[in-house]
Amino acid sequence: MVTTTIPTAEHSAGQHDSIEIELGQPWLAALLAWLVPGLGHLYQGRTGKGLLFLVCILGTFLYGLYLGGGKVVYASSTSVLDRNFWDRWQYGCQAGVGLASWPAYLQAVRVKNHKEPMWKGEEWFDNGFMAPPRPGNVPLEDASKNTSIQPSELALWNVKLHPYFELGTVYTVIAGLLNLLVICDAFAGPLVIAPHDDKKNKQNKDPA
Amino acid sequence: MLASLAPNLLIPLLATMSMWYALPLIVSVSLVCAATRQEQIGPILHHALRFGIWIVAFMAIVVGLLALMNWMA
Repeated sequence: MVTTTIPTAEHSAGQHDSIEIELGQPWLAALLAWLVPGLGHLYQGRTGKGLLFLVCILGTFLYGLYLGGGKVVYASSTSVLDRNFWDRWQYGCQAGVGLASWPAYLQAVRVKNHKEPMWKGEEWFDNGFMAPPRPGNVPLEDASKNTSIQPSELALWNVKLHPYFELGTVYTVIAGLLNLLVICDAFAGPLVIAPHDDKKNKQNKDPA
Repeated sequence: MLASLAPNLLIPLLATMSMWYALPLIVSVSLVCAATRQEQIGPILHHALRFGIWIVAFMAIVVGLLALMNWMA
């Protein structure tokens, strides 16, 4: 079991000079924090922070997914070494959320193996939930019954969902990146800035 | 320039619905960043509030710079 000690913050209610935090098995905590935001902290007994991270990060991710009509999380390829992966580089950031982003990778694997994506449904999910967009021209009929040809299904999503496709992408990317901070916190504890009073006392004691 | 700033920029900006989508993001980012720097709930909330205000101030500065460039153009 690993523990770490951090100084109490300037605005804390406690009277102690430091707080001892039990990190448990740091690697396990970090892995759990990646799989489900906040789970690593719950494992360590840091329940308040764990619930805060769970609500904030998963809430941001799910809200972004909702804004984007369920289309903003998908993987263009199954390997980061593949150039096509970087066509949707945002998935690299969204993957920081862990399990919630795995369906997109599973869909990409199926498409790569020339199989039909899973979880097909009506209209928006006719190509599968979190499935990559299909290439090729796609007709689009707008509210005025005018028909245009979009160069790809991705272009169709951008046009039909504007501006929510971009908004949803931003939300889900930021959620993934925030979870990287959470993973570091689960692994090594918070990055605490020394309280301001301690800095002043040190300067007073050593004016040189 | 200041007299033209409000109707030409600020009111349309505040009326633009897309700008308000930044609010949940600011709250979420502030809380998470603060929680990775503190351990107790009181300092977390205090740090989050300061961080959120800093983000809004930075966005306001960028908007001001864009308005200035638009005016100069």
